Amino acid sequence: MAKFKNVLFGLYDDDEILVDAVKEARNQKLDIMDVFTPFPVHGLDPALGLSESRLHIAGFVFGLIGAITAMGFMSWISVSDWPIIYGGKPYWAVLSFIPITFELTVLFSAVGMVIVFLTICGLGPGVTEKVLDLRITDDKFCLAFDVSKMEEEEQSELKKFFEQTGASEINTKTI
Amino acid sequence: MGSITSPIREPLVTGSKTYGQITEDICAPTERAPSISWVIAFMISNVLAAVFLFTSLWTVWQGIGTWDLNRTVGWGWDITNFVWWIGIGHAGTLISAILLLFRQKWRTGVNRAAEAMTIFAVVCAGQFPLIHMGRAWLAFFIFPYPNTRGPLWVNFNSPLLWDVFAISTYATVSILFWYVGLIPDLATVRDRARGFRKKIYGIFSFGWTGSAKHWQRWESLSLILAGLATPLVLSVHTIVSFDFATSVIPGWHTTIFPPYFVAGAIFSGFAMVQTLMIITRYALKLEDYITIGHIESMNKVILLTGTMVGVAYLTELFVAWYSGYIYEQFAFFNRAMGPYWFAYFAMMTCNLVSPQIFWFKKMRRNIYVTFIMSIFVNIGMWFERFVIIATTLARDYLPSSWSLYSPTWVEVGIFVGTIGLFFTLFLLFARLAPVVAIAEIKHILKSSGDQFHEEKKEYVEKHQFSENK
Repeated sequence: MAKFKNVLFGLYDDDEILVDAVKEARNQKLDIMDVFTPFPVHGLDPALGLSESRLHIAGFVFGLIGAITAMGFMSWISVSDWPIIYGGKPYWAVLSFIPITFELTVLFSAVGMVIVFLTICGLGPGVTEKVLDLRITDDKFCLAFDVSKMEEEEQSELKKFFEQTGASEINTKTI
Repeated sequence: MGSITSPIREPLVTGSKTYGQITEDICAPTERAPSISWVIAFMISNVLAAVFLFTSLWTVWQGIGTWDLNRTVGWGWDITNFVWWIGIGHAGTLISAILLLFRQKWRTGVNRAAEAMTIFAVVCAGQFPLIHMGRAWLAFFIFPYPNTRGPLWVNFNSPLLWDVFAISTYATVSILFWYVGLIPDLATVRDRARGFRKKIYGIFSFGWTGSAKHWQRWESLSLILAGLATPLVLSVHTIVSFDFATSVIPGWHTTIFPPYFVAGAIFSGFAMVQTLMIITRYALKLEDYITIGHIESMNKVILLTGTMVGVAYLTELFVAWYSGYIYEQFAFFNRAMGPYWFAYFAMMTCNLVSPQIFWFKKMRRNIYVTFIMSIFVNIGMWFERFVIIATTLARDYLPSSWSLYSPTWVEVGIFVGTIGLFFTLFLLFARLAPVVAIAEIKHILKSSGDQFHEEKKEYVEKHQFSENK
């Protein structure tokens, strides 16, 4: 069941103001729901305390699967399934299997990583996420709090926080 | 101030843009009605693409005999065109992947269009082996799939089969890399659009919101894809060169081929990027994002790779002479002095001699010179492949079987047609998607925008020499 969330969010005009606001929020131990930006803001990840992406592990694993698949498949075909002598080479002519092994390593790794990326981010054709503000993909930097379970008082505290940290707009939205 | 880059570096975004203006400038061409010049260009490209369709269907219907291929020239314009197009594609991956790893910020202005160019060039390249098969509908025979003939497998020891894997992997990875980069920008277009357009861009932007964690993964993914694409692009043209180098034909059987082909590929690809970007920046008014500085940087790459290719030509000649092997010597004598001397001459002039003009800064920064040079290089690189393929095959071991080769109207039609196909796809892309990577331009704005240039200069002057005093 999809549960609706009440989101209180502030829009900032500049990435540096946003990063400072995020640091301030973390200092005050506020529970940030998410931060939305029009481009990757460097310095935001440490400020938010995000751990590094582990996508490269997926890339390595898929690459390994690709390499083993290619080398194994070609070896099986040329040694056991249908051995043919080409140009006096041994059946198991490893050197001439290397190009295809390399290509499939890259192919598996790239395709696998993109699929993992889309899956863990919940992205895909036809996915329609509610956007908090249309200008977030343009020039606004958004810091959002989930206020579904908050009292009025706490919410006004947050609004004050936004004002103090230099937000240009403060809005609420139910998503 | 954001991250500090040296004030010696030219600003990469001019016109004191704000984030909002960047969005506006780059999205606008996709939102307004097409200009007259676009419509005319699109119509011409469509006609040429129709020529491609007709001539390739003609080949399939009548058979490969409609071409002038013969014993001994089994490869003619088709493979020349194939290698030419594949080579052109390489610049896109170089810009998007290798320059990303080298942290070259100027790539952001041109990477999106260059990657698109890669994909379209690979599409054009792929047509030639396909048509050359004769029975194009049986093209799936080249993949190792379980079949009822044994199963009979493909020959994994053949460079032609390596090529199948290299090019299909290259096409797939290029499309993924390009599209992953496009997702956030398509979301930008989506959020500016209304009604039906919003729905369409909504589907293609995959529900992107710009969440911090998503951006982090997106950057990580781009970086790893770049890391994968870098050896991949080098491998693709290496394997293309193996098609020749592993044969025992004098003039082909050389170890210099892989680096020589890769350098040539990057050389021709950058020339095509220049051709396209000079027109695009003018037509879409993107001069603030694709500056003269960008053009100069690309001209430097053209100068470098052109000279590398030139060194390879001269090395080949030297080695042929030094080998003391008469067949090898004859192959190169024949290239320069034989019936196809004009092709050799065109190759040497366009690829080795003319790019030397770019030693002069004034020439590197001149748009007209650059444009004319880019066409020269495209022509020169086409002739290079023709020289390698047709000239060599026309004079083989047995003088009794020497032959000459010139293309028929069908072969010419297919080649000209792929140019139409290429421009049709590129023009569609320029209408439908942001041709400059919006998010990446915003990302470098604070370090490379011209409004911060003076500020940076002052900052450096204030801090640089304080220790010495």
